[in-house]
Amino acid sequence: MSLGTFFIMRHELLLITAALLVLIAEIFVDAGKKRSISLFSVIIFGVITLAGFIPSPTGTVFGGMYISSGTTLLMKNILNIGVFLVFIQSLTWLKKEENSEKISEYFILLIFTLTGMNFMISAGHFLMFYIGIELATIPIAALAAFDRYRNKSAEAGIKLIFSSALSSGILLYGLSMIYGTTGTLYFSEVAKLFVNNNLQILAFIFFFAGMAFKISIVPFHLWTADVYEGSPINITSYLSVISKGAAVFVLIIILYTVFPVIMGTWQKTIYVTAILTMTIGNLFAIRQQNLKRFLAFSSISQAGYILLGFIGGNQLGMASVIYYILVYIFSNLGAFGVVTAISNATGKENMDDYNGLYQTNPKLSLIMMLALFSLAGIPPVAGFFGKFFLFTAAAQKGFYLLVLIAVLNTIISLFYYLLVVKAMFINKNENPIEKFRSDFPTRFALGLCVAGIVITGFASIIFEAIKNLSFGV
Amino acid sequence: MSTGIPVQYFLVLATIMFFTGIYGFLTRRNLITMLMSVELILNAVNINFLAFNRYLYPHKLEGMFFSLFIIAVAASEAAVAIAIVINIYRRFATINVEDVNEMKH
Repeated sequence: MSLGTFFIMRHELLLITAALLVLIAEIFVDAGKKRSISLFSVIIFGVITLAGFIPSPTGTVFGGMYISSGTTLLMKNILNIGVFLVFIQSLTWLKKEENSEKISEYFILLIFTLTGMNFMISAGHFLMFYIGIELATIPIAALAAFDRYRNKSAEAGIKLIFSSALSSGILLYGLSMIYGTTGTLYFSEVAKLFVNNNLQILAFIFFFAGMAFKISIVPFHLWTADVYEGSPINITSYLSVISKGAAVFVLIIILYTVFPVIMGTWQKTIYVTAILTMTIGNLFAIRQQNLKRFLAFSSISQAGYILLGFIGGNQLGMASVIYYILVYIFSNLGAFGVVTAISNATGKENMDDYNGLYQTNPKLSLIMMLALFSLAGIPPVAGFFGKFFLFTAAAQKGFYLLVLIAVLNTIISLFYYLLVVKAMFINKNENPIEKFRSDFPTRFALGLCVAGIVITGFASIIFEAIKNLSFGV
Repeated sequence: MSTGIPVQYFLVLATIMFFTGIYGFLTRRNLITMLMSVELILNAVNINFLAFNRYLYPHKLEGMFFSLFIIAVAASEAAVAIAIVINIYRRFATINVEDVNEMKH
């Protein structure tokens, strides 16, 4: 271990240091002052987010088990930004009396899940990948059951841990077959030894099914809505943005680097699942009344659009997926931020409660509208460009029918996103949600989200930078 | 290599265990039994890894190490799952999944 090694693994080491610092702070802070831990953690994490952007050497560590490249650094930085936003958004919720004893647990567990995600993105060996994915999911289940005295929270936790345990079992069965047929688990060697026989295709299907659970691709999406509704709202936003984003990143890296030989097979798999995911996510989203469930189904359909970037196997595809995740982080966290603010202030989470919101809280309504427009992909905002690049990447390889179905699905999604906008701006309400002023962290996080939505849409340099760091099959 | 039981026997055993686990997970209604089914799946994977390692690639120990890690991670997964199951029991006074359905829509 030389000093250079530390710099290569900088993201993970910094995160582990941060988690240990929060643990130590938990010991030394008096019982009455636990709330100061949350500010301390957010500041540490802000420093880490900034430190992630310092240029650093790339290379491999542990004999090729851990790979750091420009692409992985970019992905980790994007995730860092998202987690930073989630942390700021959760400050108001953590101030509540019921959470005063659990503040440090929240931060420690979230930081460890992020460490796991970084490890799985950087993995060069399936063992590292597996440990990363487990480190990223087990603490999340504990967090979903965070509200110990709410039945729904416990139910969400049990659903999440059982479905993730089953999915990792299925994934591992696929990995054991890959090991049996190739004799190695290093990504680079597996890619060379893959010969496209039936057992290897079966192994790939098991692997893909396991990953599809994590990204909540139809038909492996059934846990999503319940877990999203039952978890505390900040955990929901973390699950729907960060967990999903990390799983998408790692899936695209593995498809491109480990399974290029069976590209025809995974293109067919993704073709079918993309259509199913978009359509079923959209159709179920239409009839949701609870906004958390609504956003859960919307995030399922977003996963379907993201799959369009996978299918071409080209450089533009990977660039568009990374760019879309960046845009999705800002848009979805914007929408969740508004839902969180209203839920914290009034406890209301249903769509009917939002009727006439514009009269009382015009700023929140405008932010919600901007975020939803970005999710739907209406032109001037970033979401439009994200979808545009995804569709271009698929069309470039000749998947015109798939792109057509995706465009039709965008129209369906526009309908239900506009239902919320209509509720806020047009629907009449005798007693709408009262006017309230949210506190500084909420406003700061929402401001960052709006800035992100606008800037990522208009600064073409961001997409160019992402494209330079992406690679094709 | 070693004589005696051929590798196919191990693979058939692992396959039967894997699908017994899947079947149990889908049909059993008791949370603890479902957790046991998941363990069955993971142990099937372990047998697969060990058999492949011993019979096909005996010069390296990758499969052995992988199964060691699976055992450790499965233990931690079970710990978190059982903690949540205990919480479920305190909230709902049952560990039957059919009754844990506050969010059924």
